[in-house]
Amino acid sequence: MDNKRLEWIYKTMLTIRNFEDKALSLFESNQLRGSVHLCTGQEAVAATVCSHLRDEDYITSTHRGHGHCIAKGAEPDLAMAELMGKSTGYCLGRGGSMHIADVTKGNLGANAIVAAGLPIASGAALSAKLRGTDQIAVAFFGDGAANEGAFHEALNLAAVWKLPIIFVCENNQFGISTHVDVSTSVKDIAVRAKAYDIPGEVVDGNDVFDIDKAVKKAVARAKAGKGPSLIECKTYRWYGHWTGDPQVYRSKEDVEIWKQKCPIKRLEEYLREHKILTEKEMEKMHSDASSQIDAAAEFALSSPDPDPATVLENVYFEN
Amino acid sequence: MSTKKYAVAIRDVLQQEMQRDERVFVMGEDIAEQGGIFGCTRGLMEEFGKERVRNTPISEAGFIGAGVGASLTGMRPVIELMYMDFTYVAMDQILNQAAKIRYMYGGKATLPLVIRGQQGIGRGNAGTHSQSVEAFFTHIPGLKVAMPATPADAAGLLRTAIRDNNPIMFFEHKALYAVSGEVPDDPDFSIPFGKAAIMREGADVTVIATSLMVSRALEAAEKLSGEGIDVEVIDPRTILPMDMDTFVGSVKKTGRALVVHEAHRTMGIGAEIAAELTEKAFVYLDAPVARLGAKACTLPFSLVLENAVVPGVDDIVEGVRKICYR
Repeated sequence: MDNKRLEWIYKTMLTIRNFEDKALSLFESNQLRGSVHLCTGQEAVAATVCSHLRDEDYITSTHRGHGHCIAKGAEPDLAMAELMGKSTGYCLGRGGSMHIADVTKGNLGANAIVAAGLPIASGAALSAKLRGTDQIAVAFFGDGAANEGAFHEALNLAAVWKLPIIFVCENNQFGISTHVDVSTSVKDIAVRAKAYDIPGEVVDGNDVFDIDKAVKKAVARAKAGKGPSLIECKTYRWYGHWTGDPQVYRSKEDVEIWKQKCPIKRLEEYLREHKILTEKEMEKMHSDASSQIDAAAEFALSSPDPDPATVLENVYFEN
Repeated sequence: MSTKKYAVAIRDVLQQEMQRDERVFVMGEDIAEQGGIFGCTRGLMEEFGKERVRNTPISEAGFIGAGVGASLTGMRPVIELMYMDFTYVAMDQILNQAAKIRYMYGGKATLPLVIRGQQGIGRGNAGTHSQSVEAFFTHIPGLKVAMPATPADAAGLLRTAIRDNNPIMFFEHKALYAVSGEVPDDPDFSIPFGKAAIMREGADVTVIATSLMVSRALEAAEKLSGEGIDVEVIDPRTILPMDMDTFVGSVKKTGRALVVHEAHRTMGIGAEIAAELTEKAFVYLDAPVARLGAKACTLPFSLVLENAVVPGVDDIVEGVRKICYR
């Protein structure tokens, strides 16, 4: 992987980490409400996958979607404003954390319904195929989504129509409190690709290079008109399902073990070892990300609430 | 003007709109070689190829979701559902996604999408293939709902639907496909949504009827004219938006209203119309607004039972007499 892309991935992961930390602290100080699902610990997936995408390529995301959204080019200030329901947010305060979208950047939306984004991403891929472009689509989803009908329908549809799409499963091991071992018939969700006669691969979701290798192959396959791929990224969320989850279903020790596998730390070791970035440069990138997110929070906090008089706007497109 | 069947009127509009706009494509079950089991896409695959006339797996949530994604990204999909009863297996994509995305994204997404297909009685398809399901789609803001009763309305409303930039639920009726009528030849002929059709003028009673019930209401009106009751029959044509002004105008004249739909009477659109008329025309009413709809049981298979459940001409005649106190 060339150094420029590696740096971009690193920077993006730092932005996501800082964004999530800030969202948590705002939530804990009652300045932010609603369902807020943090992806801390899972940053490598969003950043690495999106490093292969252009603005014109598409993604669909999930209820745990801040990372995907930032990696696909969202401005943190507009995203944070949306988390706070402000009029300056991406969705003018109508969508919140679970529905951030920016169609102009190919982000077709976070989606609060588990697996609902998979058919939609398949449709975006179909659209690219019908229009004869080389755009591709990525559907991000969690381990829980692999047990929804929409997952199976979308994989079959994309396979039978040879759509330019990559299905990226972030297996963080829990659907809220339910562990994959008790919810899912297979050890590796990637083996379900076999049922649809498409490639399926398991990767270490905390390892940028492992993810990168699989995505590169999948992108090439999609662009060659050979159809979809399924990539399962094994990872872990550091925090609860939502901010405030008592997490009775797992031990502090388990969480600690996974914190040791921090994807950012692992990438930093590589950058250090291969002298791609100096300690000083990395420190600067940390503090830049932190100030960018501080500014985003400041922007969101100082933004006005939406005007209730506008609540009925945009139900329909006015022809 | 040409005389054509309701199904042909639909087919012709699909063809013309696909010729006019290459972003329009159709997909659904058995619509390519087969031309749809009711023939509404017959010949389109031969003209436009299998990419734009796309057979789908039996996978309604999958291909309706794909329609949402395609419409978000610059296409104008027209999806055929073999039976509109099958919307139930794709409700998330219709009600949570298609209907809400524009609003939830702050107006920054546009979804030109038509989901069309037939519903209703007439072929002995029993409880899961004979329903009238339109009311579900009027309850969630973000969709528009059309239900044409004539070949001309099918053509004019479908063209409006395809050119509209919103998700549209388009309810055809299986018992109307073979009905013939005059349809304008103008390839731009369209009928605006939210504009009811006064099918028959009358001074004594207003009957508001949808889809298959329109012809039954007209037949009932003929019978009643022999008894000296002059019935006005109005077809809303679209139930979201609903042309309440036309209903109110009519009721101000007649003082009486009966709503007739094939869908279940309980919580049906008749209740909404009755409530609106009560609010907007209360002082003009000489009788409570009455409703007729399917009885509160699953649509039965037996023809005898099916006819017992859904309003017939005699039920409408009786319903009108009742609000005329005769």
